[in-house]
Amino acid sequence: MGRITLNKVEKSFGDVKVIPPLDLEINEGEFVVFVGPSGCGKSTLLRLIAGLEDVSGGEIRIDDQNATELPPAKRGLAMVFQSYALYPHMSVRKNIAFPLRMAKMDKAEQDRRIENAARVLNLTDYLDRKPGQLSGGQRQRVAIGRAIVREPAAFLFDEPLSNLDAALRVGMRMEISELHKKLETTMVYVTHDQVEAMTMADKIVVLQAGVIEQVGSPLELYRAPRNRFVAGFIGSPKMNFVEGPEAAKHNAFCIGIRPEHIAVSRDGGDWVGTVGVAEHLGSDTFFHVTCDGFKDVMTIRAPGDVDFKYGDRVFLTPDLSQIHKFDDKGLRA
Amino acid sequence: MARAVTTKRKALNTLFAWSIGLLIFFPILWTILTSFKTEAQAISDPPVFLFFDWTLENYSVVMERSNYMRFLWNSIFIAVGSTILGMIIAVPAAWSMAFVPSNRTKDILLWMLSTKMLPAVGVLYPIYLIFIKLGILDTRIGLTIILMLINLPIIIWMLYTYFKEIPGEILEAARMDGAGLGQEVLYVLTPMALPGIASTMLLNIILAWNEAFWTLNLTAAKAAPLTAFIASYSSPEGLFYAKLSAASTMAIAPILIMGWFSQKQLVRGLTFGAVK
Repeated sequence: MGRITLNKVEKSFGDVKVIPPLDLEINEGEFVVFVGPSGCGKSTLLRLIAGLEDVSGGEIRIDDQNATELPPAKRGLAMVFQSYALYPHMSVRKNIAFPLRMAKMDKAEQDRRIENAARVLNLTDYLDRKPGQLSGGQRQRVAIGRAIVREPAAFLFDEPLSNLDAALRVGMRMEISELHKKLETTMVYVTHDQVEAMTMADKIVVLQAGVIEQVGSPLELYRAPRNRFVAGFIGSPKMNFVEGPEAAKHNAFCIGIRPEHIAVSRDGGDWVGTVGVAEHLGSDTFFHVTCDGFKDVMTIRAPGDVDFKYGDRVFLTPDLSQIHKFDDKGLRA
Repeated sequence: MARAVTTKRKALNTLFAWSIGLLIFFPILWTILTSFKTEAQAISDPPVFLFFDWTLENYSVVMERSNYMRFLWNSIFIAVGSTILGMIIAVPAAWSMAFVPSNRTKDILLWMLSTKMLPAVGVLYPIYLIFIKLGILDTRIGLTIILMLINLPIIIWMLYTYFKEIPGEILEAARMDGAGLGQEVLYVLTPMALPGIASTMLLNIILAWNEAFWTLNLTAAKAAPLTAFIASYSSPEGLFYAKLSAASTMAIAPILIMGWFSQKQLVRGLTFGAVK
């Protein structure tokens, strides 16, 4: 249970084509993350799968059944929304029970499932509270609880962590990953945060303007981005791009080199530059270096104890085995 | 940020607000006071304010001369009936306009409101004739229907604004949770919009209760509500101010008392969504 196939699925709003025909296979038990900048159509794609939007063309199959025309309630999917979307007039228990009540499940089974979900999500003490009396993280857990009691074919998450503060976000990220390992149910997760995508996904789908730029495991995308967009989007800090004569030396229109693949020293190297702003994270330091004759500022990741001052002259040496080459269309050469 | 307000300024504001309030309330107060005077005191010059011989005579005359309870029952039937009927039509209409709007939704809303700008007397003849044809002239059902139609634009507008305040994601969540359209409206939308629905119903009851033009023109004896009861006291044989006041007081008392008890709900409903 939990295999989703998109077959030439497309979506237009009026004359605006948000998603041109698109194919995608989501396997059973997979954790798939849709990632891309805002407005790339990732949420729309999720809503098409959910049935909250109607497709303009193509076919959606869930577990080898044509679900294109099915209403959301009949698709057997559960969704967790960015705004949590809890029912404010119901207690936590009633919120979690709502999908079971709609399915006319018998009371004893309802209670068993609610207690079970509450235990897994640490909500047992809050079952009689209203959503308004809970913190953001607790509300998100209620929303997840409401999704898991149904034992759906797949979970859909629409940027579920965006409303949480940074520390909580890391914690919830772990909890959701943990949940996926426990339940082994298909999860489709939408985010604009590439760190979330990298840390959680089995498979990442990178989207831009409704088009799938690349599909692959986090490390595949990191090691072999198919084009400049994916190369720049995956990885933090972003990949550095160099065009012009330096790229021509490697027989490419443009070369990309990640900040962690550039060595920096005072003594000598391939490129000369001036240190700009430094960001000290403790474990690492990010230096922004303006190289002589280069258009863009380069970002370099160095160990935390490397100590350069603003305005220092330094030498940079890229690791030649880690250079990504792109042609003039931005495709991997 | 709160603006600094001096005590003197506050006192002035309070005084001003009370003056306006009293100014609005004065005609009602004067009617109530007049209903306890004799006919002579009612038209005395200079007028007497509080120091007169309080009497209940007008009330007993009014009760004797006309069947108050029948008018009251007609009023209640028409006001409550038209409100319930209106809600049955307005809730689905407002739902569809708030949650599945089309390109024409704004136009439809404006067009509905524009019907309220039409002078009612302009359509009196056609409606009168339709009522005769349908045989519903001077019936409670007929009045209920016409008052429902008169107030429908306002109900739909109010509900539309309340529904707009409800995040669409919550309704989508209900849909994902397996709720059909009926269950979505019943278990999620209605409880969440309850303050708005309650104040819409209250306002509509008040509007229907006070409506005079249609109730006077489309009724004779059988279905006449309290507005007709008041009108029957401004008779051609001369005005009896004290009795007219007594009748008016009896006619407005129920709605005034209801309004008083529900004022919190009304204010909350009418300012709903003004502050997030």
